Amino acid sequence: MEDNVVLTARQISMTFPGVLALDRVDFTLRKGEIHALMGENGAGKSTLIKCLTGINDFVNGEIHVDGIEGPVHNHSTKDAQNVGISTVYQEVNLCPNLSVAENLFIGREPLTKFGTIDRKSYTAKAQKIMDDLGISVDVTKNLENYSLAIQQMVAIARAVDMDCKVLILDEPTSSLDDEEVEKLFNVMRILKNKGVGIVFVTHFLEQVYEVCDRITVLRNGCLVGEYPIVDLPRLKLVAAMMGKDFDDLKSIKSDENSKIFDELEISARGLGHSGTIKPFDLDIHKGEVIGVGGLLGSGRSEMARAIYGADKANSGTLKVKGKEVKINQPIDAMNLGMGMLPDDRKTEGIIADLSIRENIMLALQSKNGMFRLMSKSAQNELADKFIKLLSIKTPGRETLVKQLSGGNQQKVILARWLATNPDFLILDEPTRGIDIGTKTEIQKLVLQLASEGKSIMFISSEIAEMIRTCSRMIIMRDGEKVDELTGELTEERVMKSIAGGDKK
Amino acid sequence: MNTKNLFDKLKKSQLLLPVIAMLLVMAVNIIHDAFTGAGAFSFFTITLQNTTGNGTILYGRIIDILNRGSEAALLALGMTLVVSASAGTDISVGSVMSLCASFCCMLLAGYGVSSTNELAVPLILGVLAGMLMGCACGAFNGFLVARLNIQPMVATLILYSAARAIGLLLCNDLIVYVRNNSFGFFGSFLGPIPTPIIITAVCVALLSIILKKTALGLYIQSVGINSKASRIAGLNSKMIIHLAYIVCGLFAGIAGIVASSRITSADSNNIGLYLEMDAILAVALGGNSLGGGKFSLAGSIIGAYTIQAITTTLYALGVSTNQAPVFKAIIVIIIVAIQAPPVKAFIKKKSLSKSSKGVA
Repeated sequence: MEDNVVLTARQISMTFPGVLALDRVDFTLRKGEIHALMGENGAGKSTLIKCLTGINDFVNGEIHVDGIEGPVHNHSTKDAQNVGISTVYQEVNLCPNLSVAENLFIGREPLTKFGTIDRKSYTAKAQKIMDDLGISVDVTKNLENYSLAIQQMVAIARAVDMDCKVLILDEPTSSLDDEEVEKLFNVMRILKNKGVGIVFVTHFLEQVYEVCDRITVLRNGCLVGEYPIVDLPRLKLVAAMMGKDFDDLKSIKSDENSKIFDELEISARGLGHSGTIKPFDLDIHKGEVIGVGGLLGSGRSEMARAIYGADKANSGTLKVKGKEVKINQPIDAMNLGMGMLPDDRKTEGIIADLSIRENIMLALQSKNGMFRLMSKSAQNELADKFIKLLSIKTPGRETLVKQLSGGNQQKVILARWLATNPDFLILDEPTRGIDIGTKTEIQKLVLQLASEGKSIMFISSEIAEMIRTCSRMIIMRDGEKVDELTGELTEERVMKSIAGGDKK
Repeated sequence: MNTKNLFDKLKKSQLLLPVIAMLLVMAVNIIHDAFTGAGAFSFFTITLQNTTGNGTILYGRIIDILNRGSEAALLALGMTLVVSASAGTDISVGSVMSLCASFCCMLLAGYGVSSTNELAVPLILGVLAGMLMGCACGAFNGFLVARLNIQPMVATLILYSAARAIGLLLCNDLIVYVRNNSFGFFGSFLGPIPTPIIITAVCVALLSIILKKTALGLYIQSVGINSKASRIAGLNSKMIIHLAYIVCGLFAGIAGIVASSRITSADSNNIGLYLEMDAILAVALGGNSLGGGKFSLAGSIIGAYTIQAITTTLYALGVSTNQAPVFKAIIVIIIVAIQAPPVKAFIKKKSLSKSSKGVA
C-alpha cells in the first residue's frame, strides 16, 4: 500500500439477481483528499459504497484500509465503523422519533462509570457538536421536528463525530440549500486538513469542482477512470459519465417564451393552510410550466400540498378549469385531473415492497376505484410502456421498486402520474439526487407535456433548471408567496428575489 | 404447466416453508401409523360411517383436522388483512367470537331464557345479527386504530377484555342453550360433510374472489407498506385500514356462530378462548410478516390447518391434553425458526457452497 493511501478497493464485483452491478472496479482514496465518485443512475456508485461499508456482500475483490493488516471484509456498518469508515447516505437513515442527541450517539452512548447512560454529558456534548458545525438546533427535541435538511446535517454530524479515517458522503447536498452546502464544505475542508479521506458522491457538477481534488468515474458498473480534477474539465466529465458527447442542456428550451396563455387551469384565491403556508393567490394556465423557487422550508412544497389536498387547505377558494372546487384529500384532486410527485421519495413516493408494475398502476387504479381492477394484461402493458418510455433500468416489471437506484425509482413515480394522464402535474424536486442524463430527460419531458397542453408546477432548488423549463416563476419566502417573475428569467433576478430583493 | 415450472415457482414463493411444515406434520403421522401397525396411510384414510344422529358421514383424521380447524382458519382470514394493512394484530377476535355467539343465541332464545327448543326469532335473523355484531366490533376496533391512531394491540385490548363480559350481560349471566336442530346445523353436517368445512370453504372462496377481482388486495398491501405514499397516490388509507378491521370482525362473527352451533349453546367463557393466538400464529406460520405489507392468504390458511394438525397429531400420538401445549410450542418454535431470515440465509449459503463444490 502506498504511503498516503487510506483505502484501496481492488477488482470489486457485485451481483444482484439478474444484474451485474459492479464489474471489477478499482478505487483508491488518499489521506486528506476529497474524492468525487461520479456516474449516472445505476452506474454502481451506491453499490460500491455499500460494498465498502459492509451493507452489500461483494462477490469478488479485496478492500484494504490503512493501518489494518490483510484484506478487510465488512459485514455490517458497525464493522466498517470499527475500521474507520463512516457514511452518510442519500436518504436520511436516522430515527425521527428520537431526539437529535440520541440520534447522534445511538449505539455509542457516553457511559457513566456504572455503565449506565450519562444523560448529563449527553446533551451538552451533542449541543457542542451541533454548535461547532454552526447548526442551531435544540438537541433535546425529536428529529422529526426538523426539516429534511437539518436531519441530513445531523446524520453528517454523527458520522463526523465518530473518529473516522474515511468519510463517505452519498448525495449529502441534494437536500441542502446553498448556505448549508457552504457549511458542509467548510466541515469537509477541516476534516481534509486533518487527514481524513472523503468520498463525495453528488450529481451537482459545480460542487465537484468547488471542493474535490480527484474524480473517479463509473459507468454501467464498470470503472471508466480516475482523474485529478485539473485533467477533467466539466464537458469531459459529463462525456465520461454518459459515454457520449454531452447534449447541451441549454438547447432544450425552444423560444416559446412569448407564447400567450389564456385558458386558466388552476386559480387559487387566498388559499392557505395555517401553520405551513400563508394565504396566496395563484393562477396557472393551460400548457404553462410554472416554477416555484425559494429556500428549503420557504413554503414551496407546502403551497403545492395545499393545492393538491395533501394538507387540506383551511382558507381561501380554489377554482379548477373555472369551477370552484373543494379538495379534502388527494383523491379529490386526482379526480379533477391533478397529480403530485412529492419531494420525499422514500416516505411519500415509492411503495418499496411492491413491484414496478404495481407502483406504476397504483394511482390510475385508485382513480378507477376499488371495484374496477385493471386486467393483468392491461397492467403489464401499462408497466412495459412506461419502462420503455422513461427508459427505466430494470430486469423486468416484477422487480421490487426498492431494488432500483434512486433515479429509476423517481422515474417509476413519474410513470405512476403520467399513467393517470393528468391535466395539472405538480413536480416537487423531481430531479433531486438523480444523474445529469436523467435530469435532462425529465426536463425535456416537462416541456413536452406542456406542449401537449398540460400545466406543470415545477419545484426545484436548482434555479438554472427552472430557468430552462419555466415560463413564469413564483418565489416563496418564510411560508409566503413574495414574488412572481415574468418575462425574461435570469439567475440573477431569481436569486435577488429569493434573497429578499432590495433589502440586500 | 409442467411440474418443473411449478416446482420452481413454489421454490421462490413464500408458501414453500408453510407447505413443508404441513408435510412434516403429515410425515410424523405416517411414521407413527406405520410403526403402530395401523397402516402407513391411515392418516389419509377417509371412510363413510353410519351414525345414529347424522346419517352417513365422512370420517377420518384429515376430515377432523379440517373440521376442527375451521374457526382458526376463519379468524386467520381476517387477521391476515388486519396484519397487512395496519402492521398490528387484532387480539380481540376470540372474545368477539364469544360475544357474537351470545348475541345470536340470546336473540334466538329470547332475552333471559336459558334453554329453549323453539326459536324466538327466525334463524336467519339471529345468524345475521351475530355477523353484524362482528362487523360492529370490527368497526369499533378499526375506528380506534385507523381514525384515532391508537396502536392496534392497545385498541383491540379493549374488546379483548370487554367482549366476553358484554356477551354475559346480553345473556343475563346465563349459558343460553338453543337446542334446535336448525341452529345446530352450522356445527354438524351437510350431507356427509361437516358444515364448518363448507362454511370455511365458502368464506375462503368469497374472499379470494374479492381479492382477485377487485383492487382491495393491492390497496391493503400498499397502505400496509407505506400509508403516506398511498394517500398521495389517492388511496384513502384510513378507510382501508378501517375496512380490514370490519372484515376481520365479520369473520370472527361467523366463527363465533359456528363454535356455538357445535355445542348448541353460547358459552361466553369458553367460546374462542385463546383462539386469537392461533389466528395470529397462523398468519405468521404462513410466512406473512407481522410488520405488515405483502400477504398471502393461502399461507395463513395453511398455517391455521397446520396448527390444528399439530394438535390432532399430538392427541393421536397419545400426548395428554395437559401436556400438548408444550409439544405444540416446540413444534411451532421449529417452524417459525426455519422461516427466520438468518436461518434462511444460512440454509441458502450451505446449499450454494454445496452446489459450487459439486461443479468443481
